[in-house]
Amino acid sequence: MTTPTINTTAPPILEVEGLTTIFHTMDGAVHAVNGVSFYLRAGELLGVVGESGSGKSVTMMSLMKLLPQPPAEIVRGTAMLEGRDLLQLDPTDLRKVRGGEVGFVFQDPMTSLNPVFTVGFQLMEPLREHLGLSKKEARARAIEILALVGIPSPEDRLNDFPHQFSGGMRQRVMIAIALSCDPKVLIADEPTTALDVTIQAQIIELVKKLRQELGMGIVWITHDLGVVAGIADRVMVMYAGLVVEHARVADLYSTPLHPYTRALLATLPSIDSTRTERLLSISGQPPHMTAAPTSCPFANRCAHVHDRCRAENPPLVEVADGHDVACWWRPDPEGARHDA
Amino acid sequence: MTPETATLERTGQDAEVLLSVQNLSKHFPVHKGIIRRQVGVIKAVDGISFDIRRGETLGLVGESGCGKSTAGRTILRLYDATGGRILFGGQDIAKLSGEELRRTRPRMQMIFQDPQACLNPRMTVSSIISEPLDEHRVATGKAKQEKVRELLDAVGMNPRFANRYPHEFSGGQRQRIGIARALALNPDFIVCDEPIAALDVSIQAQVVNLLEDLQKQLGLTYLFISHDLSMVRHIADRVAVMYLGKVVELAPRDQLYSDPKHPYTKALLSAVPIPNPEVEAHRTRTILTGDVPSPANPPSGCVFRTRCPVAVEKCSAVVPEWRKLSGGRHVACHLVE
Repeated sequence: MTTPTINTTAPPILEVEGLTTIFHTMDGAVHAVNGVSFYLRAGELLGVVGESGSGKSVTMMSLMKLLPQPPAEIVRGTAMLEGRDLLQLDPTDLRKVRGGEVGFVFQDPMTSLNPVFTVGFQLMEPLREHLGLSKKEARARAIEILALVGIPSPEDRLNDFPHQFSGGMRQRVMIAIALSCDPKVLIADEPTTALDVTIQAQIIELVKKLRQELGMGIVWITHDLGVVAGIADRVMVMYAGLVVEHARVADLYSTPLHPYTRALLATLPSIDSTRTERLLSISGQPPHMTAAPTSCPFANRCAHVHDRCRAENPPLVEVADGHDVACWWRPDPEGARHDA
Repeated sequence: MTPETATLERTGQDAEVLLSVQNLSKHFPVHKGIIRRQVGVIKAVDGISFDIRRGETLGLVGESGCGKSTAGRTILRLYDATGGRILFGGQDIAKLSGEELRRTRPRMQMIFQDPQACLNPRMTVSSIISEPLDEHRVATGKAKQEKVRELLDAVGMNPRFANRYPHEFSGGQRQRIGIARALALNPDFIVCDEPIAALDVSIQAQVVNLLEDLQKQLGLTYLFISHDLSMVRHIADRVAVMYLGKVVELAPRDQLYSDPKHPYTKALLSAVPIPNPEVEAHRTRTILTGDVPSPANPPSGCVFRTRCPVAVEKCSAVVPEWRKLSGGRHVACHLVE
């Protein structure tokens, strides 16, 4: 694979430890994130996979304090970005980090761009704010960065409004804004979910290319296991606000250990496989997260459930080199991939 | 129809054609100015033709805005067709109106994409499912309640939930309610418009399995509209690919996926990510450049030529003809032999 060289001995640029977020709603507390820990190295792409409500977006929003508090409350946790804890920063310093050292790309490019300002204005704003560039310098840099993300005739398009761009082009603009201040970390929250497959393929190729050129660390949130397979170095699988499995991408797909990961991979119909008689499905629903999990949250849907799962929540432990899983059950080492 | 004959006909080549769409068009006028003068037309569906055999699933795939949902709705007469014929059981329903159309409606139903939006939040599950029964005066009183229970049971929901409201259910369960409503009048044909797009991966498989089970039990015929090419490969018998209001290729499932003929089908298939890192690492992709042109101002000649990697001069001058190839395949491209 065309992976850039990642220094695996260097300390991670971003290290999150025990992050816990609760929402206080009218119907009581919702425990959205229940002690999530992960790290990201420079030049690395970490895929975060999970269903809606698994806490993947809330985790990333929490560490940038992008959630309104209340109703959200970050109960515990640290998020170290090069020696500073993002969760302890005061609003002024945090403002410098957001869009500066950490870039964010959101799912829906229509709602995350302001419709009443030109794309050029929105692109130049962080450049002037974070890098202190003059209007002229910011404009030059904006043109450069629009060209980098593959927008034709960038000079003319600076004066266009978001509605004048197509979905794929708008997402390129979002990526351009996120990249404009040379971030060390780029957090992309379902950046291709709202796009068509042919446009998704364009954006994925673009991110692969930019990553090699700019060498930043990327967190890529998605529910699409196909997308992750093509771009990630490591993957973490989330369920009910917990990391249930974490591994290098090849290990995760060849030897998935958590029954949830195994079931997810087994339920996927693939475009390159011939038809199976019936899709395997995971019965039941994800849990309502009204309390912090005291037993395994997947127990009710799990094919390998036993008594201990209902009594104790398994911790995330390393079972092989760089492969962590939170499960009391261990698959047979000879077991095939699709037996879940 | 018994399940046995349904299976037989699914495999048979000469099975009865239930629905025949011939040169169907749906154009939306564009109005502008104070007096709302018509200034143009959006050709959402522009002369598409295909047959669907009884008991078969035809997959209809394409990117957003290609007209696949409009095609589905026009076939059901939720929109009036601009041109062409829709032969349903031999009768041209494009021309029907009033009472005659009303009488054919129960035989064709629809399952919608967003189970949140298509269920009235103020109605109970029971009243949602029995509304078609009331409307077409099929059952009343005890018989109606019994039918509702049967339908809920058929889609794998507990009949005790009949008096609950849609918000009390998850997305997958809501989609089951939508399916029960579509089944209420014993239809022959169901248009499934992106029925799983709004659901989570682990729930998608449940709903797709349900649709397949129901098809086997009841001998249903599906038009399965989706942008998820992997799921279409699983569920469809034949697949039609749409681009900018036109069907560019139609073929039996396995042929289409293993040997796509149209350059657009090739590009579309190569853009779908495969959940296997080893395969992904060694894949060469055809990346299409640019975006889908506006259907208000489509390119001359072949509509795909502006993004086509192999387009030649002829493509901009002559509209490619919808040609029949061997093996029940159809394609609209000058460059396919």
